[in-house]
Amino acid sequence: METLEPILAQHPFLKGLDAKYLKLIVGCASNVVFQAGEFIFRTGENADHFYIVRQGKIVIETYSPIKGPITIHTRQQGEVLGWSWLVPPYKWRFDARALELTRAIALDGKCLRSKLEEDHDLGYELMKRFTLIIAERLEATRLQLLDIYGDNT
Amino acid sequence: MNNSAKNDYPPGLIRADDLEHLLKALGAGGFRIQAPVIRDQSIVIDEIKSAGELPAGWTDEQNRGHYRIKRRSDNAYFGYVVGPYSWKKFLFPPSTAILEAKRTGNGFQVSAAAETVSPTAFFGIRPCDLRALQILDRVLIGSEYRDPIYQKRREQILIVAVNCTEPGGNCFCTSMESGPGAAEGYDIVLTEMIDAGQHNFLAQAGTERGNLILQQVPSEKATSDALKSAAEAVQMAARKISKKIDTADIKEMLYANAEHPRWEDVAKQCLSCANCTLVCPTCFCANIDDYTDLTGETATRVRRWDSCFTLDHSYIHGGSIRSSVRARYRQWLTHKLAAWHDQFGSSGCVGCGRCITWCPSGIDITEEVAAIRSGTVKAKAI
Amino acid sequence: MATTLEKIKEGLDRSQPWMPNLFRVERIRKETYDTFTFDLETSDGAGCAFQPGQFNMLYIYGVGEVPISISGDPKNSRTLVHTIRAVGTVTKNMRQLKRGDLVGVRGPFGRPWPVEDAKGHDVIIVAGGIGLAPLRPVIYHLLAHREQYGKIILHYGARTPDDILFRQELETWRARFDFDVQVTVDRSTGSWQGNVGVVTLLIPKATFDPLQTIAMVCGPEIMMRFTVLELLKRDLTEENIFLSGERNMKCGIGHCGHCQFGHLFVCNDGPVFRYSDTADLFKKREI
Repeated sequence: METLEPILAQHPFLKGLDAKYLKLIVGCASNVVFQAGEFIFRTGENADHFYIVRQGKIVIETYSPIKGPITIHTRQQGEVLGWSWLVPPYKWRFDARALELTRAIALDGKCLRSKLEEDHDLGYELMKRFTLIIAERLEATRLQLLDIYGDNT
Repeated sequence: MNNSAKNDYPPGLIRADDLEHLLKALGAGGFRIQAPVIRDQSIVIDEIKSAGELPAGWTDEQNRGHYRIKRRSDNAYFGYVVGPYSWKKFLFPPSTAILEAKRTGNGFQVSAAAETVSPTAFFGIRPCDLRALQILDRVLIGSEYRDPIYQKRREQILIVAVNCTEPGGNCFCTSMESGPGAAEGYDIVLTEMIDAGQHNFLAQAGTERGNLILQQVPSEKATSDALKSAAEAVQMAARKISKKIDTADIKEMLYANAEHPRWEDVAKQCLSCANCTLVCPTCFCANIDDYTDLTGETATRVRRWDSCFTLDHSYIHGGSIRSSVRARYRQWLTHKLAAWHDQFGSSGCVGCGRCITWCPSGIDITEEVAAIRSGTVKAKAI
Repeated sequence: MATTLEKIKEGLDRSQPWMPNLFRVERIRKETYDTFTFDLETSDGAGCAFQPGQFNMLYIYGVGEVPISISGDPKNSRTLVHTIRAVGTVTKNMRQLKRGDLVGVRGPFGRPWPVEDAKGHDVIIVAGGIGLAPLRPVIYHLLAHREQYGKIILHYGARTPDDILFRQELETWRARFDFDVQVTVDRSTGSWQGNVGVVTLLIPKATFDPLQTIAMVCGPEIMMRFTVLELLKRDLTEENIFLSGERNMKCGIGHCGHCQFGHLFVCNDGPVFRYSDTADLFKKREI
């Protein structure tokens, strides 16, 4: 597991995180690979991981019986996938599928949640980082909803 | 600023009865004469042949949203100020063809719309309106691209200005440094003097061609007393002007107050009717419309006065940038008094007061500026 | 003949600014369902020199005139290329034009993108929707003088995959190792396998030297506003960010008053503005 530490340390999401916290997090980390087309998670499943994407491209989508799969966002290397593990009831709201060969580090949500509860300093540090991501997604979603290239804006 | 320019031409005194000779000299010089006349109960500008057509013995009463012509107790030729029309209509006509296109076998050809322009004297133009012409010169022929329509007409104009000796109720030229005396830009400037049964004009040439015309008019050498009383008459007029705009840092002041609540207040009163922009002697916004004749063989592009008070003025695909009256009034006033400095190096306002007189709801630009200045908001509202 | 040729090459006669030069439609290409590109040439082949970012007023006989930015290669002054979205009366009529039809051209007008100032810098181009068209001459210029610039990045956002302009060219550019091209769409349709999400999401991941980077941004005003925020987050200075403004334009020569943007005329002072000069204006409503 030690081998994952430098990889995590260099990922934009965890950049600058205190080494002692990194050590705690590494305990919950594992290397994962998804083939093109493979589902990473599906709507309604337990959200027991989040993913630090090292390589590849992932599509977050939902499904309409009439329209089929509808893409919401794509994620790629340097980004983080998933935050449902952080909020009850810890279930995925959307599907995530690898569009191409994707390598990521999976962080065990249950494991991490207990560590964040034990050490609130780590909890606060990680929450700040997730808040940034959530805010960024919210802004991006608002812009998407504005349909800025359409006729009405 | 309110005195006639000092120059080499000797000032002369013309008896009011001899004013006709000045008109004759202009006519003999090949000039058509546009001058103030009474039409439909107002003093407008139209072609005249003789001094008898001038509104001698008339004055105008002007207030917010108010205009009446009245008899004077004397026979002054220029005992009134400015009416609903300004001289821009001659140089920048309300509607002009700018281009004609004709169909040819496999396409079309274009040509400048043909028009003949004859030499014209602007007789009786007031200092504020003269300043307005100088401002329009900068806008339409003073930069890289020159409007050929304006240029052609402007070249044919001879200016006989008349200093103001009796301001109107809405005048504030003193604030805009454009009157009541003409400083420059005239061929001839007259100052009317009525005193103890004497009715004379002090006449001063500003150019050689003005001088040549004056030489054809019977006159006597102006005494120093006459010069003094002409100057006093203009100074007296300046003192009578009650409206004012504080122009100190006005550009910065207005830019900083784009979100001032006063814009909302004035928008409630403003009908967005565009009267102020149509009577304004410097407003130059124009639209271009396209017409084809019934056969489709010729197409004409016509330039027409537009106004920033219309929704279409700021229309881009999908909607109008300035959809509220608040934004449109702000645009007009801020452009006129602030942005104009950045764009053309001077204010766009000459203090003629027309926008106050002809506003159907009596909005007073001087009052709006004062209100914004007095309640200047330093911290910008979010 | 020589004088005519010279005259046209210089663009408009400054003392006859209402008089268009006549160009013939040489080719029309459909770009997307609502956009098309036409190539215009003069019968004598003189054409018209322009700088990236400039626009022309295009006139169709009897219908009207509209401002359209030039989307072609500035090296090729013989051909004027315009990419047009058919949304109004004039542009819809333009779509009906055929090879050989005449178009009146007044221009080129406006201040160009700062391709000279950008020499020796990294350049990030952020385009949204039809905003890629006025930036394409910049791309041509940068690639033609590749050695004069550092990293070159293009972030392009479109509404849907069907709205993507210049698709083939984008593929060609993306294949170059010296040009980082990222395309994203707001909404995915069909078999799109590319990025989905607004264009601003691409900026945090781009690699450039923030102190030595010039950004050129063109798209809807909201998109440009948020793009600027992302660029500032990446430590670009306001002085190094350039935006393109849009207002109603009827004359192109600063005479008609329509395109005022605060104290600026978009036609003469823009359409390309330095953000540090206009940050206040871009934040004000209904200005």
